[in-house]
Amino acid sequence: MSTQTTGEYISHHLTNLHVGHGFWTFHLDTLIISGGLGLLVFGAMAYAARQATAGVPGGWQNFVEMVATLVDNQVKDTFHGKSALVTPLALTIFVWVFLMNAMDLIPVDFLPQVVHHSGVEHFKFVPTTDPNLTFAMSLTVFAIYIGMNFIHKGVGGLLHEALTVPFGPWLAPINLMFRIVEDVAKPISLALRLFGNMYAGEMVFILIALLGVWQLPLALPWALFHILIITLQAFVFMMLTVVYMSMAAESH
Amino acid sequence: MNINATLFGQAIWFALFIWITMKYVWPPLQNAMHARQKQIADGLAAAEEGKQSLAQSALRADEEITKARARATEIVGQAEKRVSQMIEEAKNAARNEGNREKAAAKAEIEQEVSRAREALRLQVAALAVSGAEKILRREVDAKTHADLLQAVQAEL
Repeated sequence: MSTQTTGEYISHHLTNLHVGHGFWTFHLDTLIISGGLGLLVFGAMAYAARQATAGVPGGWQNFVEMVATLVDNQVKDTFHGKSALVTPLALTIFVWVFLMNAMDLIPVDFLPQVVHHSGVEHFKFVPTTDPNLTFAMSLTVFAIYIGMNFIHKGVGGLLHEALTVPFGPWLAPINLMFRIVEDVAKPISLALRLFGNMYAGEMVFILIALLGVWQLPLALPWALFHILIITLQAFVFMMLTVVYMSMAAESH
Repeated sequence: MNINATLFGQAIWFALFIWITMKYVWPPLQNAMHARQKQIADGLAAAEEGKQSLAQSALRADEEITKARARATEIVGQAEKRVSQMIEEAKNAARNEGNREKAAAKAEIEQEVSRAREALRLQVAALAVSGAEKILRREVDAKTHADLLQAVQAEL
Protein backbone atom coordinates (compact mmCIF):
# COMPACT_ATOMS: atom_id res chain seq x y z
CA MET A 1 0.00 0.00 0.00
CA SER A 2 2.93 2.28 0.58
CA THR A 3 3.56 2.29 -3.15
CA GLN A 4 0.11 3.79 -3.81
CA THR A 5 -0.59 7.49 -3.85
CA THR A 6 -3.69 8.73 -2.10
CA GLY A 7 -5.51 9.12 -5.40
CA GLU A 8 -4.61 5.63 -6.48
CA TYR A 9 -5.76 4.24 -3.15
CA ILE A 10 -9.14 5.94 -3.44
CA SER A 11 -9.75 5.01 -7.05
CA HIS A 12 -8.63 1.47 -6.32
CA HIS A 13 -11.41 1.28 -3.77
CA LEU A 14 -13.94 2.72 -6.17
CA THR A 15 -13.29 0.41 -9.11
CA ASN A 16 -15.61 -2.51 -9.69
CA LEU A 17 -14.63 -6.02 -10.56
CA HIS A 18 -16.03 -6.20 -14.05
CA VAL A 19 -16.21 -8.24 -17.22
CA GLY A 20 -17.23 -7.11 -20.69
CA HIS A 21 -16.81 -3.88 -22.61
CA GLY A 22 -18.78 -0.70 -23.11
CA PHE A 23 -22.41 -1.02 -22.20
CA TRP A 24 -22.18 -4.79 -21.91
CA THR A 25 -20.03 -4.58 -18.81
CA PHE A 26 -21.08 -6.58 -15.77
CA HIS A 27 -20.01 -5.53 -12.30
CA LEU A 28 -19.39 -8.98 -10.88
CA ASP A 29 -18.79 -7.73 -7.34
CA THR A 30 -22.14 -5.94 -7.18
CA LEU A 31 -23.98 -8.90 -8.70
CA ILE A 32 -22.32 -11.49 -6.46
CA ILE A 33 -22.57 -9.61 -3.16
CA SER A 34 -26.14 -8.41 -3.66
CA GLY A 35 -27.30 -11.75 -5.03
CA GLY A 36 -25.51 -13.72 -2.35
CA LEU A 37 -26.88 -11.56 0.46
CA GLY A 38 -30.35 -11.73 -1.04
CA LEU A 39 -30.31 -15.50 -1.47
CA LEU A 40 -29.03 -15.90 2.07
CA VAL A 41 -31.51 -13.65 3.82
CA PHE A 42 -34.57 -14.41 1.73
CA GLY A 43 -33.78 -18.12 1.86
CA ALA A 44 -33.54 -17.87 5.64
CA MET A 45 -36.77 -15.90 5.79
CA ALA A 46 -38.56 -18.39 3.54
CA TYR A 47 -37.27 -21.13 5.83
CA ALA A 48 -38.62 -19.29 8.87
CA ALA A 49 -41.95 -18.75 7.12
CA ARG A 50 -42.16 -22.41 6.12
CA GLN A 51 -41.53 -23.51 9.68
CA ALA A 52 -43.80 -20.80 11.05
CA THR A 53 -46.46 -22.05 13.42
CA ALA A 54 -49.24 -20.29 15.22
CA GLY A 55 -47.69 -21.48 18.48
CA VAL A 56 -44.90 -19.78 20.38
CA PRO A 57 -42.45 -18.55 17.72
CA GLY A 58 -38.77 -19.38 17.96
CA GLY A 59 -36.04 -16.74 17.91
CA TRP A 60 -35.49 -16.43 14.18
CA GLN A 61 -39.18 -16.73 13.33
CA ASN A 62 -39.94 -14.13 15.96
CA PHE A 63 -37.37 -11.75 14.50
CA VAL A 64 -38.66 -12.22 10.95
CA GLU A 65 -42.22 -11.70 12.15
CA MET A 66 -41.16 -8.55 13.96
CA VAL A 67 -39.55 -7.07 10.86
CA ALA A 68 -42.45 -8.15 8.66
CA THR A 69 -44.97 -6.66 11.09
CA LEU A 70 -43.03 -3.39 11.22
CA VAL A 71 -43.04 -3.16 7.44
CA ASP A 72 -46.67 -4.25 7.21
CA ASN A 73 -47.74 -1.58 9.69
CA GLN A 74 -46.00 1.08 7.63
CA VAL A 75 -47.70 -0.23 4.51
CA LYS A 76 -51.11 -0.30 6.21
CA ASP A 77 -50.67 3.31 7.35
CA THR A 78 -49.85 4.52 3.87
CA PHE A 79 -51.35 2.15 1.34
CA HIS A 80 -55.10 1.80 1.74
CA GLY A 81 -55.88 -0.50 -1.16
CA LYS A 82 -55.74 -4.27 -1.13
CA SER A 83 -52.70 -5.74 -2.80
CA ALA A 84 -50.77 -8.97 -2.42
CA LEU A 85 -47.69 -7.26 -3.81
CA VAL A 86 -47.08 -4.10 -1.83
CA THR A 87 -46.12 -5.56 1.55
CA PRO A 88 -43.78 -8.23 0.11
CA LEU A 89 -42.24 -5.57 -2.14
CA ALA A 90 -41.66 -3.23 0.80
CA LEU A 91 -40.31 -6.07 2.93
CA THR A 92 -37.91 -7.14 0.18
CA ILE A 93 -36.63 -3.60 -0.28
CA PHE A 94 -36.17 -2.92 3.41
CA VAL A 95 -34.35 -6.14 4.24
CA TRP A 96 -32.21 -6.28 1.11
CA VAL A 97 -31.18 -2.64 1.08
CA PHE A 98 -30.46 -2.74 4.79
CA LEU A 99 -28.16 -5.73 4.42
CA MET A 100 -26.34 -4.34 1.39
CA ASN A 101 -25.87 -1.02 3.16
CA ALA A 102 -24.62 -2.85 6.23
CA MET A 103 -21.69 -4.18 4.19
CA ASP A 104 -20.37 -0.65 4.64
CA LEU A 105 -19.64 -1.42 8.31
CA ILE A 106 -16.99 -3.98 7.40
CA PRO A 107 -13.64 -2.16 7.52
CA VAL A 108 -12.87 -0.78 4.04
CA ASP A 109 -9.60 -2.63 3.56
CA PHE A 110 -10.49 -5.92 5.17
CA LEU A 111 -12.39 -7.78 2.45
CA PRO A 112 -10.46 -6.21 -0.48
CA GLN A 113 -7.24 -7.45 1.12
CA VAL A 114 -8.72 -10.91 1.55
CA VAL A 115 -9.75 -11.20 -2.10
CA HIS A 116 -6.51 -9.52 -3.17
CA HIS A 117 -4.64 -12.54 -1.90
CA SER A 118 -6.73 -14.78 -4.12
CA GLY A 119 -5.72 -12.69 -7.13
CA VAL A 120 -8.66 -10.33 -7.51
CA GLU A 121 -7.45 -6.77 -7.99
CA HIS A 122 -10.61 -4.69 -7.56
CA PHE A 123 -13.61 -5.53 -5.46
CA LYS A 124 -16.32 -3.16 -4.15
CA PHE A 125 -18.10 -4.64 -1.22
CA VAL A 126 -21.05 -2.28 -0.85
CA PRO A 127 -23.47 -3.01 -3.69
CA THR A 128 -25.59 0.05 -2.94
CA THR A 129 -22.63 2.30 -3.87
CA ASP A 130 -23.10 1.04 -7.41
CA PRO A 131 -25.66 3.19 -9.27
CA ASN A 132 -26.48 0.20 -11.46
CA LEU A 133 -28.01 -1.50 -8.47
CA THR A 134 -29.92 1.50 -7.18
CA PHE A 135 -31.24 2.31 -10.65
CA ALA A 136 -32.17 -1.30 -11.27
CA MET A 137 -34.22 -1.24 -8.09
CA SER A 138 -35.81 2.14 -8.69
CA LEU A 139 -36.66 1.31 -12.30
CA THR A 140 -38.21 -1.99 -11.23
CA VAL A 141 -40.25 -0.11 -8.65
CA PHE A 142 -41.16 2.39 -11.38
CA ALA A 143 -42.30 -0.41 -13.69
CA ILE A 144 -44.51 -1.80 -10.91
CA TYR A 145 -45.78 1.74 -10.31
CA ILE A 146 -46.79 2.10 -13.97
CA GLY A 147 -48.40 -1.34 -13.93
CA MET A 148 -50.36 -0.51 -10.75
CA ASN A 149 -51.51 2.72 -12.36
CA PHE A 150 -52.94 0.82 -15.32
CA ILE A 151 -54.51 -1.88 -13.20
CA HIS A 152 -56.20 0.44 -10.73
CA LYS A 153 -57.17 3.34 -13.00
CA GLY A 154 -57.34 1.82 -16.45
CA VAL A 155 -55.98 3.52 -19.54
CA GLY A 156 -58.81 6.06 -19.62
CA GLY A 157 -58.54 6.96 -15.96
CA LEU A 158 -54.77 7.31 -16.15
CA LEU A 159 -54.99 9.52 -19.24
CA HIS A 160 -57.69 11.61 -17.63
CA GLU A 161 -55.60 12.07 -14.51
CA ALA A 162 -52.46 12.90 -16.49
CA LEU A 163 -54.28 15.50 -18.58
CA THR A 164 -56.45 17.22 -15.96
CA VAL A 165 -54.41 17.23 -12.75
CA PRO A 166 -53.51 19.73 -11.34
CA PHE A 167 -54.74 22.62 -13.57
CA GLY A 168 -57.95 21.29 -15.11
CA PRO A 169 -58.73 20.19 -18.67
CA TRP A 170 -57.96 23.56 -20.34
CA LEU A 171 -54.27 23.33 -19.60
CA ALA A 172 -53.93 19.68 -20.64
CA PRO A 173 -50.47 19.94 -22.26
CA ILE A 174 -49.00 21.62 -19.21
CA ASN A 175 -50.63 19.04 -16.95
CA LEU A 176 -49.16 16.25 -19.03
CA MET A 177 -45.71 17.83 -18.92
CA PHE A 178 -45.96 18.20 -15.17
CA ARG A 179 -47.00 14.61 -14.83
CA ILE A 180 -44.12 13.35 -16.97
CA VAL A 181 -41.56 15.35 -15.03
CA GLU A 182 -43.10 14.20 -11.76
CA ASP A 183 -43.04 10.55 -12.75
CA VAL A 184 -39.58 10.60 -14.30
CA ALA A 185 -38.25 12.24 -11.17
CA LYS A 186 -39.46 9.34 -9.06
CA PRO A 187 -37.01 6.60 -10.10
CA ILE A 188 -34.16 9.06 -10.47
CA SER A 189 -34.56 10.56 -7.02
CA LEU A 190 -35.09 7.12 -5.51
CA ALA A 191 -31.91 5.72 -7.07
CA LEU A 192 -29.71 8.76 -6.58
CA ARG A 193 -30.70 9.26 -2.95
CA LEU A 194 -29.62 5.77 -1.94
CA PHE A 195 -26.54 5.80 -4.16
CA GLY A 196 -25.44 9.25 -3.02
CA ASN A 197 -25.80 8.50 0.68
CA MET A 198 -24.00 5.20 0.54
CA TYR A 199 -21.30 6.42 -1.84
CA ALA A 200 -20.59 9.41 0.36
CA GLY A 201 -20.54 7.25 3.47
CA GLU A 202 -18.15 4.81 1.83
CA MET A 203 -15.98 7.71 0.69
CA VAL A 204 -15.74 9.02 4.23
CA PHE A 205 -14.69 5.56 5.43
CA ILE A 206 -11.97 5.48 2.74
CA LEU A 207 -10.73 8.95 3.68
CA ILE A 208 -10.67 8.02 7.35
CA ALA A 209 -8.69 4.90 6.45
CA LEU A 210 -6.08 7.18 4.87
CA LEU A 211 -5.34 8.95 8.15
CA GLY A 212 -3.00 6.28 9.45
CA VAL A 213 -3.19 5.90 13.20
CA TRP A 214 -5.79 8.67 13.50
CA GLN A 215 -8.37 6.47 11.82
CA LEU A 216 -8.77 4.56 15.06
CA PRO A 217 -10.66 7.27 17.01
CA LEU A 218 -12.53 8.39 13.89
CA ALA A 219 -13.71 5.18 12.23
CA LEU A 220 -15.79 4.04 15.21
CA PRO A 221 -17.91 7.20 15.63
CA TRP A 222 -18.49 7.35 11.90
CA ALA A 223 -19.48 3.68 11.83
CA LEU A 224 -21.91 4.26 14.69
CA PHE A 225 -23.38 7.23 12.92
CA HIS A 226 -23.45 5.28 9.70
CA ILE A 227 -25.66 2.59 11.28
CA LEU A 228 -28.31 5.28 11.45
CA ILE A 229 -27.85 6.18 7.77
CA ILE A 230 -27.92 2.52 6.74
CA THR A 231 -31.24 1.92 8.45
CA LEU A 232 -32.67 5.26 7.46
CA GLN A 233 -31.87 4.88 3.76
CA ALA A 234 -33.34 1.38 3.67
CA PHE A 235 -36.44 2.71 5.41
CA VAL A 236 -36.72 5.75 3.12
CA PHE A 237 -36.43 3.64 -0.03
CA MET A 238 -39.13 1.31 1.29
CA MET A 239 -41.40 4.12 2.46
CA LEU A 240 -41.20 6.05 -0.83
CA THR A 241 -41.93 2.88 -2.76
CA VAL A 242 -45.06 2.35 -0.68
CA VAL A 243 -46.06 5.99 -1.17
CA TYR A 244 -45.65 5.65 -4.95
CA MET A 245 -47.73 2.46 -4.88
CA SER A 246 -50.48 4.20 -2.97
CA MET A 247 -50.35 7.11 -5.45
CA ALA A 248 -50.73 4.58 -8.24
CA ALA A 249 -53.62 2.82 -6.57
CA GLU A 250 -55.62 5.86 -5.48
CA SER A 251 -57.13 8.31 -7.90
CA HIS A 252 -56.98 11.97 -6.96
CA MET B 1 -21.16 6.85 -12.70
CA ASN B 2 -21.19 4.27 -15.41
CA ILE B 3 -24.51 2.69 -16.18
CA ASN B 4 -24.16 -0.65 -17.91
CA ALA B 5 -25.64 -4.10 -18.28
CA THR B 6 -25.22 -4.74 -14.52
CA LEU B 7 -28.57 -2.94 -14.39
CA PHE B 8 -30.33 -5.92 -15.98
CA GLY B 9 -28.61 -8.40 -13.72
CA GLN B 10 -29.62 -6.41 -10.66
CA ALA B 11 -33.18 -6.07 -11.91
CA ILE B 12 -33.35 -9.84 -12.26
CA TRP B 13 -32.02 -10.33 -8.72
CA PHE B 14 -34.52 -7.81 -7.41
CA ALA B 15 -37.43 -9.43 -9.24
CA LEU B 16 -36.37 -12.85 -7.97
CA PHE B 17 -36.25 -11.66 -4.38
CA ILE B 18 -39.61 -9.92 -4.67
CA TRP B 19 -41.03 -13.15 -6.02
CA ILE B 20 -39.54 -15.21 -3.18
CA THR B 21 -40.91 -12.80 -0.58
CA MET B 22 -44.28 -12.64 -2.26
CA LYS B 23 -44.65 -16.38 -2.60
CA TYR B 24 -42.66 -18.05 0.16
CA VAL B 25 -42.13 -15.50 2.92
CA TRP B 26 -45.07 -13.17 3.39
CA PRO B 27 -48.16 -15.41 2.90
CA PRO B 28 -47.12 -18.25 5.25
CA LEU B 29 -45.86 -15.74 7.79
CA GLN B 30 -49.10 -13.80 7.60
CA ASN B 31 -51.12 -17.00 7.96
CA ALA B 32 -49.16 -18.02 11.03
CA MET B 33 -49.56 -14.58 12.58
CA HIS B 34 -53.27 -14.47 11.84
CA ALA B 35 -53.72 -17.97 13.22
CA ARG B 36 -51.87 -16.95 16.38
CA GLN B 37 -53.95 -13.81 16.68
CA LYS B 38 -57.09 -15.89 16.42
CA GLN B 39 -55.78 -18.40 18.96
CA ILE B 40 -55.02 -15.63 21.43
CA ALA B 41 -58.40 -14.01 20.86
CA ASP B 42 -60.13 -17.36 21.33
CA GLY B 43 -58.14 -18.02 24.46
CA LEU B 44 -59.07 -14.65 25.92
CA ALA B 45 -62.71 -15.21 25.04
CA ALA B 46 -62.61 -18.67 26.64
CA ALA B 47 -61.00 -17.23 29.77
CA GLU B 48 -63.70 -14.57 29.94
CA GLU B 49 -66.39 -17.19 29.48
CA GLY B 50 -64.84 -19.35 32.18
CA LYS B 51 -64.75 -16.42 34.56
CA GLN B 52 -68.39 -15.68 33.87
CA SER B 53 -69.49 -19.27 34.31
CA LEU B 54 -67.48 -19.45 37.51
CA ALA B 55 -69.28 -16.40 38.86
CA GLN B 56 -72.57 -17.89 37.74
CA SER B 57 -71.93 -21.23 39.40
CA ALA B 58 -70.79 -19.48 42.58
CA LEU B 59 -74.09 -17.64 42.55
CA ARG B 60 -75.98 -20.87 41.97
CA ALA B 61 -74.03 -22.62 44.70
CA ASP B 62 -74.95 -19.81 47.11
CA GLU B 63 -78.56 -20.20 46.12
CA GLU B 64 -78.40 -23.94 46.62
CA ILE B 65 -76.80 -23.52 50.02
CA THR B 66 -79.48 -21.05 51.10
CA LYS B 67 -82.17 -23.42 49.88
CA ALA B 68 -80.57 -26.39 51.59
CA ARG B 69 -80.27 -24.43 54.83
CA ALA B 70 -83.94 -23.46 54.67
CA ARG B 71 -84.88 -27.05 53.97
CA ALA B 72 -82.74 -28.29 56.87
CA THR B 73 -84.39 -25.78 59.22
CA GLU B 74 -87.75 -26.94 57.97
CA ILE B 75 -86.87 -30.59 58.50
CA VAL B 76 -85.57 -29.92 62.00
CA GLY B 77 -88.77 -28.00 62.78
CA GLN B 78 -90.88 -30.83 61.46
CA ALA B 79 -88.90 -33.34 63.46
CA GLU B 80 -89.31 -31.32 66.63
CA LYS B 81 -93.01 -31.04 66.01
CA ARG B 82 -93.23 -34.74 65.35
CA VAL B 83 -91.28 -35.49 68.52
CA SER B 84 -93.56 -33.37 70.69
CA GLN B 85 -96.54 -34.93 68.94
CA MET B 86 -95.20 -38.40 69.61
CA ILE B 87 -94.59 -37.55 73.26
CA GLU B 88 -98.12 -36.22 73.49
CA GLU B 89 -99.47 -39.36 71.84
CA ALA B 90 -97.48 -41.58 74.15
CA LYS B 91 -98.75 -39.62 77.16
CA ASN B 92 -102.33 -39.98 75.97
CA ALA B 93 -101.92 -43.67 75.30
CA ALA B 94 -100.40 -44.18 78.74
CA ARG B 95 -103.19 -42.23 80.35
CA ASN B 96 -105.82 -44.24 78.50
CA GLU B 97 -104.16 -47.48 79.38
CA GLY B 98 -103.99 -46.45 83.04
CA ASN B 99 -107.64 -45.50 83.03
CA ARG B 100 -108.62 -48.76 81.46
CA GLU B 101 -106.57 -50.76 83.96
CA LYS B 102 -108.08 -48.77 86.77
CA ALA B 103 -111.61 -49.46 85.49
CA ALA B 104 -110.88 -53.17 85.10
CA ALA B 105 -109.50 -53.34 88.61
CA LYS B 106 -112.53 -51.51 89.96
CA ALA B 107 -114.87 -53.90 88.15
CA GLU B 108 -113.01 -56.88 89.50
CA ILE B 109 -113.09 -55.47 92.99
CA GLU B 110 -116.81 -54.89 92.70
CA GLN B 111 -117.27 -58.38 91.40
CA GLU B 112 -115.22 -59.73 94.29
CA VAL B 113 -117.26 -57.66 96.74
CA SER B 114 -120.59 -58.87 95.38
CA ARG B 115 -119.36 -62.43 95.39
CA ALA B 116 -118.26 -62.09 99.02
CA ARG B 117 -121.59 -60.50 99.89
CA GLU B 118 -123.41 -63.39 98.22
CA ALA B 119 -121.34 -65.93 100.16
CA LEU B 120 -121.87 -63.94 103.34
CA ARG B 121 -125.62 -63.78 102.68
CA LEU B 122 -125.74 -67.55 102.18
CA GLN B 123 -123.80 -68.12 105.35
CA VAL B 124 -126.06 -65.70 107.30
CA ALA B 125 -129.13 -67.41 105.86
CA ALA B 126 -127.76 -70.80 106.78
CA LEU B 127 -126.89 -69.47 110.21
CA ALA B 128 -130.40 -68.02 110.63
CA VAL B 129 -131.99 -71.24 109.44
CA SER B 130 -129.85 -73.34 111.76
CA GLY B 131 -130.70 -70.88 114.57
CA ALA B 132 -134.34 -71.17 113.81
CA GLU B 133 -133.98 -74.95 113.54
CA LYS B 134 -132.42 -75.02 116.96
CA ILE B 135 -135.33 -72.98 118.34
CA LEU B 136 -138.06 -74.82 116.59
CA ARG B 137 -136.51 -78.30 116.60
CA ARG B 138 -139.69 -80.13 116.75
CA GLU B 139 -142.25 -78.11 115.05
CA VAL B 140 -140.24 -77.50 112.07
CA ASP B 141 -139.88 -80.40 109.75
CA ALA B 142 -137.17 -79.73 107.29
CA LYS B 143 -139.02 -81.62 104.70
CA THR B 144 -142.39 -80.00 105.21
CA HIS B 145 -141.10 -76.50 105.49
CA ALA B 146 -138.48 -76.65 102.82
CA ASP B 147 -140.47 -74.11 100.76
CA LEU B 148 -140.57 -71.73 103.66
CA LEU B 149 -136.89 -72.19 104.47
CA GLN B 150 -135.86 -71.61 100.94
CA ALA B 151 -137.99 -68.46 100.79
CA VAL B 152 -136.32 -67.15 103.96
CA GLN B 153 -132.96 -68.10 102.56
CA ALA B 154 -133.67 -66.18 99.30
CA GLU B 155 -134.96 -63.22 101.28
CA LEU B 156 -131.76 -63.00 103.27
